Amino acid sequence: MKALYSLFLVFALAAFALLGAGTLGMEKAFGLYIPFLAVAVFVVGFCLRVVDWGKSAVPFCIPTTCGQQESLPWIKQNKIENPSTTCGVVIRMLLEILTFRSLFRNTKVDLHAGTRVAYSSSKWLWLGALAFHYAFLITVVRHLRFFTEPVPGLIATLDAMDSLLQIGAPTLYLSNLIFVAALLYLFLRRVVVPQVRYISQVQDYFPLFLILGIAFSGIFMRYFAKVDIISVKQLTMGLVTFSWVIPDGIGAMFYVHIFLVSVLLAYFPLSKLMHMGGVFLSPTRNMNCASRKYRHVNPWKFENVHYHTYEEYEDEFREKMVEKGLPVDKPLAEGAE
Amino acid sequence: MSDLPRPEALFANIDYTPPKADWMDVPTVIKPGRYCYAANPDSVNYVGLPHAHKWNPLDDDWGLPENWQEIIFNGLRERLHKFRSFKIFMDICVRCGACADKCHFFIGSGDPKNMPVLRAELLRSVYRGEFTTFGKILGRFAGGRKLTADVLKEWWYYFFQCSECRRCSVFCPYGIDTAEITIIGRELLNLIGLNIDWIATPVANCYRTGNHLGIQPHAFFDMIDFFCDDIEDITGIRPEPSFNKKGADILFITPSGDVFADPGTYTCMGYLILFEYLKREYGLDVTWSTYASEGGNFGFFTSHETMKRLNSKMYMEAKRLGAKWILGGECGHMWRVIHQYMDTLNGPDFQGSHMETPVNPITGTVFKNAAGTKMVHIAEFTADLIKHGKLNLNKKRNANIHLTWHDSCNPARGMGLLEEPRYVARNVVEKFTDMPEGTIREQTFCCGGGAGLNAGENDELRMMGGLPRANAVKYVHEKYGVNMLGCVCAIDRAVLPNSMEYWVPEVDVCGLHELVGNALVFPGEKERETDLRGEDLPGEDE
Repeated sequence: MKALYSLFLVFALAAFALLGAGTLGMEKAFGLYIPFLAVAVFVVGFCLRVVDWGKSAVPFCIPTTCGQQESLPWIKQNKIENPSTTCGVVIRMLLEILTFRSLFRNTKVDLHAGTRVAYSSSKWLWLGALAFHYAFLITVVRHLRFFTEPVPGLIATLDAMDSLLQIGAPTLYLSNLIFVAALLYLFLRRVVVPQVRYISQVQDYFPLFLILGIAFSGIFMRYFAKVDIISVKQLTMGLVTFSWVIPDGIGAMFYVHIFLVSVLLAYFPLSKLMHMGGVFLSPTRNMNCASRKYRHVNPWKFENVHYHTYEEYEDEFREKMVEKGLPVDKPLAEGAE
Repeated sequence: MSDLPRPEALFANIDYTPPKADWMDVPTVIKPGRYCYAANPDSVNYVGLPHAHKWNPLDDDWGLPENWQEIIFNGLRERLHKFRSFKIFMDICVRCGACADKCHFFIGSGDPKNMPVLRAELLRSVYRGEFTTFGKILGRFAGGRKLTADVLKEWWYYFFQCSECRRCSVFCPYGIDTAEITIIGRELLNLIGLNIDWIATPVANCYRTGNHLGIQPHAFFDMIDFFCDDIEDITGIRPEPSFNKKGADILFITPSGDVFADPGTYTCMGYLILFEYLKREYGLDVTWSTYASEGGNFGFFTSHETMKRLNSKMYMEAKRLGAKWILGGECGHMWRVIHQYMDTLNGPDFQGSHMETPVNPITGTVFKNAAGTKMVHIAEFTADLIKHGKLNLNKKRNANIHLTWHDSCNPARGMGLLEEPRYVARNVVEKFTDMPEGTIREQTFCCGGGAGLNAGENDELRMMGGLPRANAVKYVHEKYGVNMLGCVCAIDRAVLPNSMEYWVPEVDVCGLHELVGNALVFPGEKERETDLRGEDLPGEDE
């Protein structure tokens, strides 16, 4: 049901763009103003969220240690999973962000006869997530050719590598295939795996469909509608150089594509997609684990804290302590009254 | 314990299929056997925590203050600002589900609200519904809901079904730590007096008498003295421990559970034997304190502030006695607090300037890893002694033991104490076999009763939560003949014997220093006939 809502919402958004840019001829709004606004919302929103997180304190040093600590010199420390140096923390973070280290540990639990529980390695989510994120990244970087003139060599090379298979004209991007396959996998597991379905919300399905919509509209333009790339680039270059133009002959599908991208950008800072920024700030991963070696300072103070001092303790128990020969600070007679 | 089903029946009831209805529409029913009794108001009052009142979780009316919602909202707002962890964990979960089947309470119960992601959503949904723009406008469509009395009860029920073991956070791609969410959740519940007695009363005891069990100084002395009698009977050597001794080099603090209940008591005897040996051989000067007679810290399960108040005694006592550094006994969450909180919480206020980076006076080893906190784990200490050949150990005395090792959650995931205890264990027992990968080290399972949940009344919950650990023990028991489960945690030593008896009755539980105490040979000591438990020693020539 939640998946259907989301699907419907994405269809409605696509229809809105078709209607607006196609039928009503509001190309300027859909091709220029909305994308521009969306980018602004994205940049400002993203920054605000990160600043907002940054304003919250980190009172304690609470990394999750996932390996042997630094202790005695002859015990081999796991310098990455339980880092005690900044370098170790940086490597830990890089592994987390670039290779999804934690997700790689994923296991699956099964119950068997005879009160037996078994765990098996389960790397599909890791693979799907990695494929999705890298395909997305490559796609975004490839798109920079629309916003640069001349196109930097690096982007051109990436483009060439992505079309390595040399199938069809225009050549098929490998990342297109991986992107769609990974998205479908991520969607299917949400629907098929009972626990994941149970925890999934509209806001989980919506970005999936939205990104699928973006992918499909892009693929349609490239391989089927064979949109006039020159005109598109005229428009996109206009966007980044602030010389806004709407060239003729860009099909309606382009406006659907760019509108869905705009929605994604604007939705981003308000949603769980902010995990992109949050992962860098997660205190269980980005802190030095050697918390007995270096003191972490809490920026805020506990106020009006009451302690039970030794004096109060001895006052209550002095007699019993003396009886057992336990040393006391004040002799019995003095504190007895 | 009478209502507890047999293990086969309990296991057969585990069903991982979630209900048809949306989780927000599934009402929470508080089931006997899965919850702990409400806090005694006297205990809550003793430490001056807010809203002490008598209430019963099974009643409709929990006697909440009239403005309870306002109190929770203010508390929530304050904590979002004070804890970046909490704020980020509220915002960035993508519900990928990687954590879903990592929780021992979920594995053992199948209750979907025990999936870490959903446990967090219980609070996150209110955060969205009451604090975020989207959630306020769109409500459930944006995954938000309002804070009602039912939601509050759900929080209480499930935040006291989380043992803050952090296993889920190992698997989370953003490191979202449910412990952090549970800690804050419980802190909020404490603002309106909704604690459980198995936490609140130990906290009050610890505040007053220095330990959770409320043992007063003379009784503490007697209990240790009693162990010394036993040790004298078994070994012919009588330890002469010192108490509250000013000028001692090292202050020793261990969880009071070790002084109080089997099999922790045997571990305590192990410490006494070790210290006596080191005193006689090398002149080690260690003292026990009756004022700081608790290593554990149930304040950690109450609020950060309560944790600070209880923890402060360690530094205050080290300062008063003039101890150079503190040696800590075998305990789980105690070490999370010491490793990750203590120096921040109380270092600036109470750490004496005379304290030094810990040095093992016998080996000369400098514990640089404890340079800030000035507190060393006894497994680190003993491992260092063994490495330098300072202990005369006879493994044969433990020849009847085939040991496996339970990494306690907090030392594993909040510290990284993995190899030290294994090194010690391998030097005191002949047969050692680890449990399968994925159930040990950083992926270790909770005993089922951590974070203050080891009450009697929630036995069903504990047995469910204990299943994954017990299951791995059963595997090595059946395959390799393992008959002893070692651990460095007092809660483990209290919880695991029950759980073993229920799931794997052939396996016993011990602490690390019980094994050390058995193996340690004093110069000229009499031939021992029994181990510290009073059981016959295995024949030496087998």
